[in-house]
This record gives sequence, structure tokens and C-alpha cells, in this order.
Amino acid sequence: MAFVTANWNPLGDAFYRKIELYEMGWNLKDGLRDCLVAAAPYGGPIGEFCFITLLRKIVSEYSFWKSGVVKQLGWTVSDDLLCVQEDGTVLVYDLLGGFKRHFSMGNEVSQSQVLETKIFHSPYGTGVAILTGALRFTLATNIDDIKLRRLPEVPGLQGAPSCWAVLTQDRQSKVLVANGSHLFVLDNTACTPVTPPGLSPQASSIVHMCVSFSYKYLALLTDSGHVWMGTSNLKEKLSEVDTKIKAPPKQMAWCRRPKSQQPSAVVMWDGLLLVVGECKETIQYHLDDDSILVPELDGVRIISGTHHELLQEVPGACEEIFKIASMAPGALLLEAHKEYEKESQKADEYLREIKEQSLLSEAVRQCVEAAGHEHEPETQKTLLRAASFGKCFLSNFPPEQFVSMCRDLRVLNAVRDYTVGIPLSHTQFKQMTIQVLIDRLVYRKLYPLAIEVCRYLKTPEYQGVSRVLKYWACYKVCVCVYLFTPLKKKNYILIIFVQPYCMPSCMLVYTVVMYLKNELNRGDFFMMLRNQPVALSLYKQFCKHQEQDTLKDLFNQDDDHEELGNFYVKASYKEQRLEARIAHLQSAVDEYYKAKNEFSAKTTEDEMRLLRFQRKLEEEKGEQLVGFSLHDTMTTLLSVGLHKHAEQLYKDFRVPDKRFWWLRLKALAEKEDWEELEKFSKSKKSPIGYLPFVEVCIKHHNKYEARKYVSKVTLEQKVKAHLAVGDVEGAAEAAIERRNESEIGTVLSRCSATTDHLLVERLNRAKATVAKK
Amino acid sequence: MAHTEWRDAPELPDFSLLKRLARDQLIFLLEQLPGKKDLFIDADLMSPLDRIANVTILKQHEVDKLYKVELKPIVSSSDQLCFLIRPRIQTVKWISDLVNADKVAGRFRRYKIIFTPQKFYACETVLEEQGVYGDVTTDEWNFYILPLDDDILSLELPEFFRDNFLEGDQRWVTTAGSALHLLQSVYGSFSKVYGIGRCAKMVYESWRELMEEGEQRTRQPEFAKVFLVDRDVDFVTPLCSQVVYEGLVDDLFRIKCGTVELGPDVTSSDKSIKVMLNSQDKVFSEIRNEHFSNVFGFLSQKAKNLQTAYDKRRGMDIQQMKAFVSDELKGLKQEHRLLSLHIGASESMMKKKTKQDFQELLKTEHSLLEGFEIRECITYIEEHINRQVSMIDSLRLLCLLSITENGLLSKDYRSLKAQYLQSYGIKHLLTFANLRQLGLLEEQQAGETLTVMESKVGKLVNDKTVGKLTDAFSSLAKKSNFRALSKRLALVPKSGEEYDLRVPRDMAYVFSGAYIPLSCKLIEQVLERDGWTGLEEVTRMLNGQEFAVTGGSSSSEARNKTDAQRIVLVMFLGGCTFSEISALRFLGKERGCRFVVVTTAITNSARLLEALLDNHA
Repeated sequence: MAFVTANWNPLGDAFYRKIELYEMGWNLKDGLRDCLVAAAPYGGPIGEFCFITLLRKIVSEYSFWKSGVVKQLGWTVSDDLLCVQEDGTVLVYDLLGGFKRHFSMGNEVSQSQVLETKIFHSPYGTGVAILTGALRFTLATNIDDIKLRRLPEVPGLQGAPSCWAVLTQDRQSKVLVANGSHLFVLDNTACTPVTPPGLSPQASSIVHMCVSFSYKYLALLTDSGHVWMGTSNLKEKLSEVDTKIKAPPKQMAWCRRPKSQQPSAVVMWDGLLLVVGECKETIQYHLDDDSILVPELDGVRIISGTHHELLQEVPGACEEIFKIASMAPGALLLEAHKEYEKESQKADEYLREIKEQSLLSEAVRQCVEAAGHEHEPETQKTLLRAASFGKCFLSNFPPEQFVSMCRDLRVLNAVRDYTVGIPLSHTQFKQMTIQVLIDRLVYRKLYPLAIEVCRYLKTPEYQGVSRVLKYWACYKVCVCVYLFTPLKKKNYILIIFVQPYCMPSCMLVYTVVMYLKNELNRGDFFMMLRNQPVALSLYKQFCKHQEQDTLKDLFNQDDDHEELGNFYVKASYKEQRLEARIAHLQSAVDEYYKAKNEFSAKTTEDEMRLLRFQRKLEEEKGEQLVGFSLHDTMTTLLSVGLHKHAEQLYKDFRVPDKRFWWLRLKALAEKEDWEELEKFSKSKKSPIGYLPFVEVCIKHHNKYEARKYVSKVTLEQKVKAHLAVGDVEGAAEAAIERRNESEIGTVLSRCSATTDHLLVERLNRAKATVAKK
Repeated sequence: MAHTEWRDAPELPDFSLLKRLARDQLIFLLEQLPGKKDLFIDADLMSPLDRIANVTILKQHEVDKLYKVELKPIVSSSDQLCFLIRPRIQTVKWISDLVNADKVAGRFRRYKIIFTPQKFYACETVLEEQGVYGDVTTDEWNFYILPLDDDILSLELPEFFRDNFLEGDQRWVTTAGSALHLLQSVYGSFSKVYGIGRCAKMVYESWRELMEEGEQRTRQPEFAKVFLVDRDVDFVTPLCSQVVYEGLVDDLFRIKCGTVELGPDVTSSDKSIKVMLNSQDKVFSEIRNEHFSNVFGFLSQKAKNLQTAYDKRRGMDIQQMKAFVSDELKGLKQEHRLLSLHIGASESMMKKKTKQDFQELLKTEHSLLEGFEIRECITYIEEHINRQVSMIDSLRLLCLLSITENGLLSKDYRSLKAQYLQSYGIKHLLTFANLRQLGLLEEQQAGETLTVMESKVGKLVNDKTVGKLTDAFSSLAKKSNFRALSKRLALVPKSGEEYDLRVPRDMAYVFSGAYIPLSCKLIEQVLERDGWTGLEEVTRMLNGQEFAVTGGSSSSEARNKTDAQRIVLVMFLGGCTFSEISALRFLGKERGCRFVVVTTAITNSARLLEALLDNHA
């Protein structure tokens, strides 16, 4: 607080201050050297420097990128970037670096090439003025509605003019050209020589000129180092100051604000910044870095590789309040409030002093206004608190000014944040209107912030929130279009599809897939997916849950009959009704045949037959059968005694003998129908051998029955069979007979040393003989 | 002596930190929805959640009632609903329907969806399409890793396997990458990364991208090396019957999230008991890696020791007794309880597994691994199918047969498939289609009669030439090449030699000395060679996609004698089995290092194959 005036510099009657807006977040290796930089007024696209850097890269790396060298960059009123190329082609990019369109500045320009370019703003929009190699000027006042105008020739012009500028006067854009000490105004029809009144006679040439933000004033710098300032119609001289520097400057700009106390301009050389006004003195600032000047409505912004600053004449209200030893009502009110906070009775004295002059409402107004001009939120708060304090002692002070200032500042502080990067001053904000600010936020894709601002400022819905939402929706679609456009042209951005290891792009792929799904007709869409495995599998995943039928179409398109067959089989399981189920299976059969998969086709046909068979039996016998596998069906049939039917299945479906024997065996044992089992065993030679008979009997704890089959078991399985029925001796006999070491071992492990003493000995002996061999 | 120092195992980092991080974030997220709320949890998140934050903690943060997500209409009177779910389209669709139903009923509620471990764009699209995007708030709970034990970290994503390998859906790749990134940011960077498999490569890429985005931390690394391996590099190992205690418990009783539920038949009481299985369980930690044939003996010895410890009481005076009760008795009681549980478990294991069926099953598996008596094996499998012994086991044997034999002969393929369908129904046509897509069960193509020729030639020339021929043939046919791999890497020890399972001599002990897990062998080889050099043949047979990258912190290479340098992180993409973990623990002991296993989920043959069934639609 105490140091508000610390950065003030007096010049004549006025003060100038340079405030730091924020530090630049970009990482430029060599500052702004060798850069083409463009910055727009009204705190314009500064935040988008990264883009410019990017562009610089493009410009330097591909110096004849597309068709020509970029001569000039500039921003339009709607935050698009213009790149003017050597051949007069102007490329338009949006804030994020997306190419929008291009237009040409005419044949004449492309033939004689661009020498210099200026991009300017007028009430009619953004314009481009070009000086061609043939030393003629071509001008378009509004790039959105291009009407090229070729201006008359400048008499006696041999080489490039020493300087020139674009003026807007009498609703017409004119060019002011200096050729040596001669000055000409070019309009549509004529070239008029003019003389600035009272220009110092030492000057032999005008080396630099600039027009004020409002086009009302003109400043000229001569080779003698004099700065001449006057009105732009060249009828009146305001002042002339000698800078005592004769070197040509890098840039010059007006530094004014509405209701300025004096005309002043800023001239920049390498490492030096000079503010000149009406008086002889100047203010000098040292510059560490290469910088550029951006003229604003109420000052000049200075952008360097590391800093972003605003240089302006201290606004009246601020000066009144903060000037040292100021007795202005605002200053007193601020003092009063300070004392009040300290709980000192001096507060009352100060307040009384203001009240006695009945200047309290003036004091409040001053404080509120000054708050608007301050950049530091702390200072703003202090001023507003003082204002609010003062208001307490006024009975009918209108509240609007205070309230709206609070709101405005809240919004301004939000957009001034370096992440948003719109360092607007309050004056600029008021001039620009809230509508434009919201547009700008929208251009920067800061939709949530834009909505918050609208809500906070209570902007009517149709102008505010819904408009932002509309832009947002368009943008969402646009993203897709942007991705899609090159796709359609079978261009390189297909990379996003095929990059095999680019995982985080999954979301991107999904976005594109979902968009294309609605955009293309099915056929094209599927054709496209076909070559994109990642996209395809993502889409399949989605279809599985959301659109089963699409999946079918997808297979259809690919003539993937195998998958289609599988699809129908799966579908058949979801059907409750038998007919529908069979219908699905029939489709599956057809597909399998088309896929030349006879196996699956046959199997599916079998299934259909089985289903019909099951249904028939269900109706006849009332057994629950439909949906069982062949095996389970037969098991069920056998267990309920429908042997005939089981037999029929056995024949019809070419069930292997082994399976059938196992089934019979199990079913009979289950029912403990030992008699039938014996009959069955004798019906013919068992394809599964007789060991299973032994085992199945043991399983049902019938040793007696089991023994019946032991003799029938093949030699290899004898030992197992004997052991299964618990006949250790028999097992030993068989093992010894077979002279099989491991089998003898198995039997031995089953003998207990105490009871089968003899047997163990015998086995050991046999083992020894076998081992010898 | 440097040698002895080498032998002691390095300390593992404290992974419980991960739990604390996850808990803190969850609490933070819950507090984002202040006031009482009902919490709906995805069924498969219940157990992992329980390990992070129990009901008491949830209640402390104003969770009123807990529900399981069942994709059915809900009954909840709360005005705030919170959903804790995996990012699945189905679940999100269900939530959208709930919201829309509430809207129709004119009911106002607040909804919050917490996706874990991350949001997927597809889910948000569904919300948008269903018109409820503005009605719900969404959040991410970055619960990537659940430490199941000191050396096992799980992503608890069983669907990773099917999604990634069968459906070709690569969404989870970033999840795995983020999990590694999380480990790295908590425990320091790695000096070397190896990997094999397409998915492994993608995971590494996604991880690297995260590394580049994030700030670099120059911390002393806590892991020396990372090894990433795709499940489809080695399908043989998870298809084998597990015979190591922990694996067998998993096969028989299914360990879920580090906990097993033992039924009444095991606990010999009338209720089932849930037991946490990890290194905290002193009894379990001693037997988990043992071959099950040793376990019973060990347990009975343990029981005797316990008895002796109890017996100490006799002849104690009062003072000693007091000390005994306060110091030892509790520990003994605890040990007693655990011991009786494990004895119960191993009893029922023995009952099931020493039966002839199981012995024959193992014998068949071993024959298949050895490539010996294939005809007999096929007959056995046929019988297995015909008798409807077990749906999954039959399928498992079929796959094992196909992989080890480089596909089935057309005749066998058709007849076995037909028989299987007769036994278990035609819906398995889809299962077979899936198995074929993954290369688990295939028909030999005409060109592959090469193998037939090879075996004929093999009879004429000596062993060494056969090896060369096999290699040549397998590189012609781009197939599983198991036989050739097995020869080159010596996966199957020579048969006939006695293998003492009590004193294992290599990793083969986890499969009764019949087979060294391919995945573990690869890890061993690569670590030994510090890269893939010399393994070109092998990687070609595994379809390439191997990589080895030296990490950023190469400066620490010089002082790599620290403990951390002897810890190796192994990440299995698509799941890993307990047998593999046991094998790696064994390898670690042999090499004086420790392995930390990160897996997308613990798997076994049943889980692997069930994931490929298509009967759920």
C-alpha cells in the first residue's frame, strides 16, 4: 500500500507508471530475437504466445512453408491469427493453431511480392495494408469482406519509403507515407502532399511515425532525434521534444488514455525506453530484453521474453488519492479508513474534514474509480473498503457504481490470471463491453470460465450462458470434424488410428469412432473400421452392450461367416421359445456352411435335431429335457428307464460305443441293478474293458459284484482290479506273474508288514529277480 | 565373507503404504459428497475394498447403507447415492437407468460415481448418451494396486485377461502402466526394464509416457529390475495342475483376494471359516511353497512340537505358569488354531488328490509335457470327456495337448471336439472359437505335417540333430513351439531320474519335478544374461516382441550392491499362478535376490478357461 507511488515517474504535470502484469510462462531460448511477434490490443492474445513460438518454429524450420516466407503476423478483432506471406497470400489460423482459411491480396501483389505489411483495426474490422515490390500500396479494410483497393502512386518514390502508417479518417482508410522529409496522404483517389505544422527544420527525414489508438493523433520521429506530436489531420501541433538520440528506433507508440493530461509517446531503442510528453524532460527506462510495444487504449503494453508490463499515465483518480501529501477528498477518505481500522479517533477528524467541504460523495466516487485502475487486488480491496466506509455516512448515495465496480473487478482479476492471460484494464473493459470479453473467452475454449462470468454478471441467458453453451457444443462437434477432415482425405492423421502403442489416444479413437458412426453411412463406417483393429475392438465392445444388431451387421459387412455363425448360436441361447431357437440355429448352420466350416454346421444341425427330439419326448413323457447336452439327455433317459430312446439317440447321433457303455454302466450302478449290469457285461465285449465295472461296483460298496468282473479284466489292469476289491494276494500273484517292478512296488505298499509277512517276502524276492534282469 | 552376505534375502519395501494411500484417497472422495449416503459397490470390488477400508471406516465417513451392485432396481431411501464401480459400460448403463427412473418419478437425489482405478471415456459417453451426464458427478479412485502379501501385488482385474487377449480391447493397458508409475513414484525408479509380449510392450510405452509427463525423481531405487511378461507367452504353466500347497489350495478351494473360505468338511465343525493366507500366518508361510506330498509330514511334526510346547506347563510353579500364560499361550493357541485348519485342508486335499484319478491325471499331464505316449494321452482325454469327469479339466487337457503338440491332427481335433460337445452341449462351439483365437486349441494345418515328418526323421538320427531339426521346423510354422522351446530351455528334466521333492534342485519341483514353468525360466535366463542376447532363438519362437531398456538412473549402477538392487519386480499381464510365485521364490532363494510379483490377478487353470467360456452373454 505504502509503495503505490514507488513506480511512478513524473513527466511534466503528469505521472507515468509501469506495472508488471505477469511473468511470461513461455520458455524462449533467445528471447524475442529473430521472432515475428504479433500481439493484439485490449489485452489480446498474449496468452497464446506459445502458439506464436510454435509458429516461429514453423517459420524458421520451414522458411518457405507452403508457398512463401511469412512477412508479417497479426491478430484480427476476433482473435484469429493472420500470416501474410511474401506472395500476398494471407493465412488465417484460429487461436489453437488450427488452420481456418486463406485469401489472396490480388495478382499485382503476388507478382511484385510483398515488401512490407501492416495489419490494422478500424470500426469496419481488421484490415491489411501491403506495400508491394513495385512501391505501390494495396489495402483491404475488412478481411471478412475483402475489397481490394490499390492506392495511387507516390510521386518521386525511388526506394522503400522511410516509414508509413495507416490512418482511419472520415470513414476511410488512408495511408500516410514519408519519403525523406516529404509526407503524403494517400486515399482512394489521390496522393496529397502534406506538411506537419511546426516540424523542426533540422529534420531532413522522417524515420518513424505512429498513429494513436484512436487514430486522432500522429507522432513523427525525425532523423535529428525530434519527436513531433500533433493531430492526425496535421492541422495542429501538440508538442515537439528532442530525444537527443539520432539512432533509428525499433518502435514507437502512443501512450495515451482517455482524458489524458498531456499527449505522450513511447520510443524504444535497443535496451532503452523513452517516454516523451509536452515538456523537455523525458522518462527513461532501461530494458534488459528485446521487447515489443503494444499500444492500448490507455497505455502501452511492453512484452519481453520474460515479462509483460503496462506503461501508462497514472489515471486521475489514482493520482489524486495516492499523490504524496494529497488533500483530495479520496485521499482523506482513505486515510480516515486507515485510522478507523487502527481504531484511532483521527478517523473522525479526517471524515469531518471531508464532510465539512461536503465532498464525501466525491471522495467515495474517487476511491471507487481508483480501485478500478489498480492492478493489485490488495490495493483494490483497500480502496473499496474505504469507499464502503465512506458510504456509511451518506444517506442517499446511489449504490450502482460501487456494486458494478466490485463485480467488474472480480471478473477482471479472474481473466488477468496468467492461465487465462487477458490483462485487461478497467478502461479497456468498459470500452470493449462484456459481450466481447465473453467472445474472447469462448475463442480460448474457456467455456466454464465464460459461463461463470455470465452467471456472475447476470448477463441475460440468451446473450450469456446459452450462447456460450452453443459455442461449446459446436466446438465439441468441431473437434471431431477437425480430426475427421484429414481422415476423409485419407491423409496422414490416420496415424492416430494405427499407432499401435499410443495408448492414451484410446479416448481419441473412441471419440472419432463414435462421431464417424453417426456421420458416415454404415457401409463406409464399417469399411473404415476394418483396417483399424484398435478402433474395431473398441467399437465391438461398445456394441456388445449397446447395439447387438450392429455387431451382426459388422460381421456381415466383413463376410465373416464364422463369427456370424457364432453370433447366431449365442443368440439362440437367449431365446426361450424353441421355434425361435431353432430358427437362429438354422441361420447359424447357413453361415457355417458359407464359412466352409462343415464341422460346426453339422454339429449345429445335430443340435437342432436333438432339440426337436427333446421337445417330443418332453411332451410325451413329461421329462425335463430341452437344453440338455446329448450326454445329459441320455443319462436322464437311462435313469428313468427309457432305454429304447437312449438307444435311439446312440444310433442317431453316432455316439461312440465307449461313451454309451460308460453311460449304461453308470446308470445301472446308480440304480444298483446288478443283475442287469451282469447281463449288460455279457452282451458283447466291453469297449471300455472291465476294470470300470469293478470300480463302479466298489464305488457303490458292492465287493461281491465287483469280484465277478475281476477275472475279465485284462492282464495289464489285473493288479489294479485285485487291489480295488481288496485282494492283496491276488494282486501279488498278478504282479509277480507280470514281472513288473513298479506294480510289485504298488502291491508292497499296500501290504502290512505284520499280517502279510510271507507275501511281503515273496514280493521282495520277485522284485529282486526282476531288478536283476 | 561376501558369499554369506549374498545369501541373505534383501528386505522388501513396505507395500502397506499403498493401502494407506488408497484409503486416504477413498475417504477424500467420500467426503466430497457430504452427508449421509448409500454406497453401491461392484461385487468384485467388495473383497479388495474390505482390505483397504472396512465397514467401520466407511460408516465414519457417513456411509449409511452398503449394497452390492446387482444391476437390478434398487430400494434405497437415501437422497444421496454413491457408486463405487469398475469402469464397465453395463454398470454405467444401469446407473443411467436408475437416474432416469428417478427423474420420471420426480425424485431428486444426488449421484456420484467413483470409478476405480480410472474412468474410461466410453463410460462417460454412455452417461452422455443416456442424458444423465449433468445429473451425476464422477470421480476416479486411483486404487491400482492391492498388496495381497509381502511380495504379491495385485491389480485385481481378472477381466484384463479376456479383454486384452481375446477381445483385443486395450483399455486396461494404461491401467497397468499407471500401476507401475504409482510403484515408481512411491518406491523409486528402476534401473532396468525387460519384457516380452505385445501387451508388455504397450504397458511399458504407456508407463514411459507417464514418466515423461511427470517430474523426474532422483531417489534411491527400491527395485533393481522390472520384468514384464504377457500371459500368452506361456499358457502351458497355468494349464497344469498345481501341486504346491498354496496353488493346490487355490485350485481346490479358490483363494479370493488372499482369503480362502474353508467349508465344514475341512474345519470339522458345522460352519465354514474364512482364513487369510499370507506370510502373517506362521504355519502357512512355512508350507505354502512346499510340494503337497511334504506338507502332511511337516504338519504332523509341527503338531508334535506344539504338543511339546504345551507340555512345558507340567511341572511349572505358579510364577512360571503365569509367565507362560501371558507370553506364550496366546501364540500357541493361535498356532494351534491355524495348524488344525491347515491339517484339515491338507487332509481333504490328500483325500482328493491321492486318489487314482488324480494320479492318472498328473501322469497324463506329465506325458504331454514330455511329449511321450501321446496316443495314450489322447485316449485318456477321450475317456475323461466321455465320462463327463469335469468340464474344465477336460478342456484343460485338450488345450495342453494342443499347445504341447503344436495343434491337433484334424482327425483328432474333430473327434475330440465332437465328443466334448456331446458331453457339454453345443454352446461350447463358441468356447472352441475363443480357444482357437487365442491359439490354445488348434487344428494342425496341412503344412504342419512337417512335425510328423520331423518325428519320422527323428527316429533315424541322433538327439542333437533332432533338436536342430525341431528348431528349423518350428520357425517355419509360427506356432506355440512348445516342444522346441522346452528342448532349448531344458524345461522338462530327463525322465527316469529320481527327483527328491523334499530337497528341490530347481524350479521344476513346483510341478513334481516334471516341468520348469516357462515364464519363470525366461525370467531366470534374462536376469542371468542381463538381457535377451543369446536368447534370439527362443524369442523368435515366442513371436518376438521382447525388449530391454536401461532406466534413467544409470548412475546408481555403480553402487548396485545395495539391498534394493537385488529386488526384482515381475509383472504378469493377464494373471499369474501361485505355482509361478513359488517357483520365483525358490529362484530368489537360489540367487540371493527377491522377487515381487505384480499381477493383474491371481489365476489358475480354472479361472483362465472360465474366462474364455461364452455361456454367459
